[in-house]
Amino acid sequence: MSDKRTTIDDIVGELSSGMTIGIGGWGSRRKPMAVVRAICRSHLTDLTVVAYGGPDVGLLCATGKVRKVVCGFVTLDSIALDPHWRAARQHGTVDVMEIDEGMFFLGLQAASWRVPFLPTRAGLGSDVLTVNPDLRLVRSPYGVGSPYLAEPADAEVELVAMPALHLDAAIVHVNRADAAGNGQILSPDPFFDALFLGAAERRFLTTERIVPNGELADETHPLSTVGIHRMLTDGVAESRGGAHFTANPPDYGRDEAFQKEYAAAASDPAEWETFASRYVFVPEDEYQARVEERQAQ
Amino acid sequence: MNDALTPSDAGVTRAEACVIACADAWHGAGEVMASPFGTIPSLGARLAKLTFAPDLVLTDGEAALMVGAPPIATKPTELVREATMPYRSVFDVVWSGRRHIMMMASQIDRMGNQNISAVGPHAHPKVQLIGVRGAPGNSVNHPTSYWVPDHSPRTFVEHVDVVCGVGHGRAAAAGEGALRFHDVRRVVSNLGVFDFETPDRTMRLRSHHPGVRVDDIIAATGFELIIGDDVAETRLPSPEELDVIRVVLDPGSLRDREVRT
Repeated sequence: MSDKRTTIDDIVGELSSGMTIGIGGWGSRRKPMAVVRAICRSHLTDLTVVAYGGPDVGLLCATGKVRKVVCGFVTLDSIALDPHWRAARQHGTVDVMEIDEGMFFLGLQAASWRVPFLPTRAGLGSDVLTVNPDLRLVRSPYGVGSPYLAEPADAEVELVAMPALHLDAAIVHVNRADAAGNGQILSPDPFFDALFLGAAERRFLTTERIVPNGELADETHPLSTVGIHRMLTDGVAESRGGAHFTANPPDYGRDEAFQKEYAAAASDPAEWETFASRYVFVPEDEYQARVEERQAQ
Repeated sequence: MNDALTPSDAGVTRAEACVIACADAWHGAGEVMASPFGTIPSLGARLAKLTFAPDLVLTDGEAALMVGAPPIATKPTELVREATMPYRSVFDVVWSGRRHIMMMASQIDRMGNQNISAVGPHAHPKVQLIGVRGAPGNSVNHPTSYWVPDHSPRTFVEHVDVVCGVGHGRAAAAGEGALRFHDVRRVVSNLGVFDFETPDRTMRLRSHHPGVRVDDIIAATGFELIIGDDVAETRLPSPEELDVIRVVLDPGSLRDREVRT
C-alpha cells in the first residue's frame, strides 16, 4: 500500500494556472483553508473554482486568483454573503456559472460516474438556463406506448441535462486520515466531499491528524465515519487548524471573531492590506501561530 | 379592525400575526419536511407542528431531523434528534416532493418569481445577493412559499431581475417537466398574506394583517395586485396559540427583531 503523505506546498505545486479546482466543504464549514491560503500566496492565476462557496471563494477572489466561479451561492453562514465575493461580482472581475445547488451535486455525480450529464427538473423555467446559455435540455426517450412510462405527464418530457463538472484537481479537509488516503469526517455532514474527489483528476486530502491505517474507527467513532476511501485520493497532508477559520467540529468551531475581521477587511483597501499581510501572505505555521496568539488574548 | 375584540386580540403584535400567517401555510401538509427561512417562518413551522400539523418534520439547521418543536433559542447541544439529514439526503427529499419550504425573497413579482441572486443585470450586478441556492429546484419539485419581512415597491416588483424560484407563468412556459410538481403557493409579508388562486395565476391579496389597511398594501406593492371585494383580515392567534408563541417558543421575543409593530 503506497504512502500518500505529502505537504500543503507540494499539493499546491501540483496545481497550475488555468486549472479547474474543486474545493470541498460547504459555506464557512470544513473548508481546506490552509491550501486556499497557500494558493493565495502562490503564482497560480486564472483558476476556475468549483465550490459550495464560502471564504475559500472570497479569499481567492480577493487575491486575484480566480477567472471563474462555479457555484450556487457564496456564504459565510453567520454572515449571509461573503463581501469579498460581492465586491468581485460587482466590480466584474470574475465570471460566474451560477447554478442550483442540486444541479451542482448532479454535475459532480455525473463526472464521478463518467457520464456526460444527468437529467433533473432543477433549473427548468429559471434564469439559470438564460444566464448559462450553453446549458441544454434533454428529452426523455420514453413516450406513450413505452412499457417504462409510469406517468403520462412524463411522456417525452424535457428536463435539464446537467453537464458533468470535471475537475483537474479537488481538495477537501477531513478530521482524520491515514497515510493510505482514507479520510474520516467526525461532524454530522460529509457534504459532497467524496463526490468532489470522484470528479477530479488529482485528489488531495488535508487533515487535522494522520493516524495508522486501520485505526480511524474506534469505540466512539464507527467505521461509517470513514466515508472517503483511498481509491479516491492521491495525496494526504497533515494540517492542524487547516480549516481555520471555518467550522470543523469536533476539532474546533468557526472562529467568528476572525471571520468578522476577514469580512470587514473587504470594505477598505487599506484594511485589506493589513489583514492580508498579517493572515494571508505569511507561511502557514506563522498563520497558525498568530491565530494561537489571538486566542490566548 | 373588527368592532368586537376577543380576549386574545388585546396586544397581538404584527410579528405574532405574521407567525400565524406562516404557520397556516403548513396547514394540512402531513408528514413532510417544513423548511422555514427566517425567525418568523421558523416560529410558524414550530407552532404548526405543536398544534394542527403534528406530523411535520423539522431539521436542526445542520444535518439532522429534530424531535418535537423546541424553543427558537434552544442551543444546538440541547436539541434531541431523531434521524440524520445531511445535504446529500436533502436532495432526495426535495426531488421526491416531501417538503414545503418557505424561502425569503429579495424580490418577488406578480407571477411568484423570486430573486435571491442579484439586483440589476446578472452579468454586471448592481448588488450581488447570496445566489440562486436551491430555489430553482425547490420551486419545480415541491410546495414553495415565500416570506418577505420588508414589503415595499423594491421587494414586490413587476419583474424580478433574476428568476431563481420559478413562478407560475415561467413554469407553464417551461412545459410539463417544470409544471408537474410546481406549486408556488403563498407569500407572507409583514403587511399581509398573498396567494395565486386567480384565473391567470397572478398574485392576489388573501388577507391583510390586523392594523394594516388594504390601501397601505397597494401603495407598498410595485405591481397591480388582484384584490377581491371583501378582503379578510389575517386570523388572530387563539389564546392557546398565543401562549405557545409567547411562553413556549419565543419567550425572548426574537420575533420582534424581524418585524416591529
